[in-house]
Amino acid sequence: MNNPNHIGRKFSLAYRYKKEKLFRFYGLLASIIGLIFLVIFFSNLIGKGKGAFFQTQIKLNIDFSQEVIDPNRTGDKEEFLKANYGGILKDALLKRFPSVSGRKDTRSLKKIIGQGGIYKLSDLLQERPEWVGTSQEIWMIASDDIDMYIKGKISTDVPDDMRRVNDKQIEWIKQLEQSGQLRTAFNAMFFTSADSREPEMAGILGAVMGTALTLLITLALSFPVGVMAAIYLEELSKKSRFTDFIEININNLAAVPSIVFGLLGLAVFLNVFHMPRSAPVVGGCVLALMTLPTVIIATRSSLRAVPPSIREAARGLGASNLQVVMHHVLPLAMPGVFTGTIIGMSRALGESAPLLMIGMVAFIVDIPVSFDDPATALPVQIYLWADSPEKAFVEKTAAGTLILLLFLILMNSLAVILRKKYEKKW
Amino acid sequence: MGWQYILIAVLFLSFAGYFLGKKKSVQSTNGDISQLRSQPNYHGFYILLSVILAPIILIFFWYIFEGFFIREMVLSALPQEAIKQSEDLTYGIIKAIAQGVKTVKDPLSLLPEAAVHYNALRESSNLILTILAPALAVALFIRSWKKIGVNFPARDKVEKIIGCVLGVASFIAILTTAGIILSLLFETLRFFNLVPLSEFFFSLEWSPQLAIREDQVGSSGQFGILPLFTGTLLVTLVAMIIAGPIGLMSAIYMSEYATSRFRATVKPLLEILAGIPTVVYGFFAAITVGPFVRDLGATMGFSLSSESALVAGGVMGIMIIPFVSSLSDDVMNAVPNDLRDGSYALGATQSETIKQVVIPAALPGIISSFLLGISRAIGETMIVVMAAGLAANLTANPLESVTTITVQIVTLLVGDQEFDSAKTLAAFALGLFLFVVTLMLNIFALRVVKKYREAYE
Repeated sequence: MNNPNHIGRKFSLAYRYKKEKLFRFYGLLASIIGLIFLVIFFSNLIGKGKGAFFQTQIKLNIDFSQEVIDPNRTGDKEEFLKANYGGILKDALLKRFPSVSGRKDTRSLKKIIGQGGIYKLSDLLQERPEWVGTSQEIWMIASDDIDMYIKGKISTDVPDDMRRVNDKQIEWIKQLEQSGQLRTAFNAMFFTSADSREPEMAGILGAVMGTALTLLITLALSFPVGVMAAIYLEELSKKSRFTDFIEININNLAAVPSIVFGLLGLAVFLNVFHMPRSAPVVGGCVLALMTLPTVIIATRSSLRAVPPSIREAARGLGASNLQVVMHHVLPLAMPGVFTGTIIGMSRALGESAPLLMIGMVAFIVDIPVSFDDPATALPVQIYLWADSPEKAFVEKTAAGTLILLLFLILMNSLAVILRKKYEKKW
Repeated sequence: MGWQYILIAVLFLSFAGYFLGKKKSVQSTNGDISQLRSQPNYHGFYILLSVILAPIILIFFWYIFEGFFIREMVLSALPQEAIKQSEDLTYGIIKAIAQGVKTVKDPLSLLPEAAVHYNALRESSNLILTILAPALAVALFIRSWKKIGVNFPARDKVEKIIGCVLGVASFIAILTTAGIILSLLFETLRFFNLVPLSEFFFSLEWSPQLAIREDQVGSSGQFGILPLFTGTLLVTLVAMIIAGPIGLMSAIYMSEYATSRFRATVKPLLEILAGIPTVVYGFFAAITVGPFVRDLGATMGFSLSSESALVAGGVMGIMIIPFVSSLSDDVMNAVPNDLRDGSYALGATQSETIKQVVIPAALPGIISSFLLGISRAIGETMIVVMAAGLAANLTANPLESVTTITVQIVTLLVGDQEFDSAKTLAAFALGLFLFVVTLMLNIFALRVVKKYREAYE
């Protein structure tokens, strides 16, 4: 009768302990899988994106000959703009590789320098008119295909005509490398220019400015309105049907998909009020409506965390309701309010779907400086680049996400520091 | 004068009012401040608030409605035949001419005249505001200035005004909801004037392209939401298959087994997953996971597309893990230890206790965490836009590419749009559907928690 088999294997202690261990292991496994996702995610992005911070440059001896740039010797800078810089660049390349001949080869040779090269030469002369008639050694930005090849993103296993970089170009690149005319330098342009159709010239600054302008509007609207609404609901209003209704509203708004806010912005701000399309002011308004519930909920919970004894003490000294809130409760709740606002803002920073709806997806080459300039935002820029067919945009996109994540990490750590430093346990 | 300068003038007047009001209240007592019914700075605040509020509201509404009214007036003054394309386009051209960005060569065109009209209207509107807002501020200043005195209950008045302002701020939440519902409803009704309700809900086809010529094949466009809805459900299902078990098991481990140090490090790390912008997940899905799945399929002899419900749903699942795990973790932590101790006393192992005592006790919270995860997955946009594809396939195979409601909203509304075609309006109908579904899920989730929550203690 004491034989455990009699009760059945299912109830034996050993079996039950085994199940216990297994269950525990599954739990650990699940947590670790979550962490592994996180690690894969970040290492993947960093691996893909780090290349964008560097660019390949080629040193060429450029001859700014008087005949080509300013044949009439006017010395007028306006005159310089009309010169054929493409020809100058071609001559410089042909001088370096004298053996190249034929249309096809010349064209491949020209393609090793990026499209922006001619503008760079023109700009250089505007800055240094004294260079006319001289030869200068200048580092030119290589084209995106050459850049990709140097970074090892284009494999040479594929046949010559299927590749973006052909064998002759590779040969020239090798020669340049041997003579020290090729280098990989820090890509400052990525941080100082706006979007471009040419991957080697595209930068993030335009999108960062667009995001900054948008978030400024969002903060200016959602922070005061959110805090005021929370004070009213938590401290001043008597509980009534009306305040209950507002509360339900706020909780529901917090869970509405962000794209619906975009539809609201499109239908109301653009179609009814005729505010400018693609402008940070509209984006900021839409994101403010979206972050408002977050700010209100965070503010209310930190107001609630201030103990009633503080209120009672103030009231006992004759303070009015508003004085109690303004002089005592709100200052004590402020760290929590800031934390909640920062978290709301960091959500707004990463949001792109509503911005797509109000037209902030345009291809914009100028860096926006005012609230109604057409602009795009950092996450939308990422979306745009991810959609581009050029291979070089992949690393731009990954680098863009790294910058976005950096901003997010900064904001969230600020929130954590605020909470750690000022949090009070009553 | 731009509205900014008017605003600065009003602000200046109100701040001056603060100091003047304070001074007047002190002077009115002949030196003995204790006679004042309210403290001097409340008198100052009274003037400040009375002066500032009405002009700011005026400027705000002026700024918003100015464009609207000017547009109506300019367009109604134009004869019908001058509006060749849509009203929006014509108005854009008029504005461009008025700003001197564009010139019209056609001497018969009425648009330059309209541009002059536009400029005149803008100028007079500006002039009216420039006079009206400061005049209002001055009038309010004089009115409130007269009231300041020893017996004036400035503090009560100030508190009343501030209370009203705060109340109005909280009203914005209702306005937002109303705005969402009304704008979606309005456009949706216009959509159903063009497309019958039965087609929207029961047709099995979604192909919103409208033909350029009348006689083209399939010129009408098909607006059946079913393929989109099944696509959304499929992606959501895949996401929950990943997020559900992983989220729940890690919640169990963290609340029941893990040391407090493990929990303190791992929980915030997992929550990072929820804070990563969705567009980054979308990029990850499109560039890394999609090709990976395709290559994996190729090595096993299938030809898979890199855009599929599996890829989008899988990556979305990773994003949803912390939604499930954090909330479930919290509710399991709230289950009192007495229940666990009772179970141990009866000889149960820890896993048996969890399965038979803790989880049933925390079930409402766990269910609601799942529901919130599902509502999140349904409303998620960027991941599916970048990784799920555009083809509206009515399929249950996660390896095929599907499209979702949110993807279609984006594709219908990004780019050129005209606001009288069924194609554009369909996006709003989809938006309303999405809004209603997620709203019901959220309300249901809150209900579950409220109704079945066991109150311990």
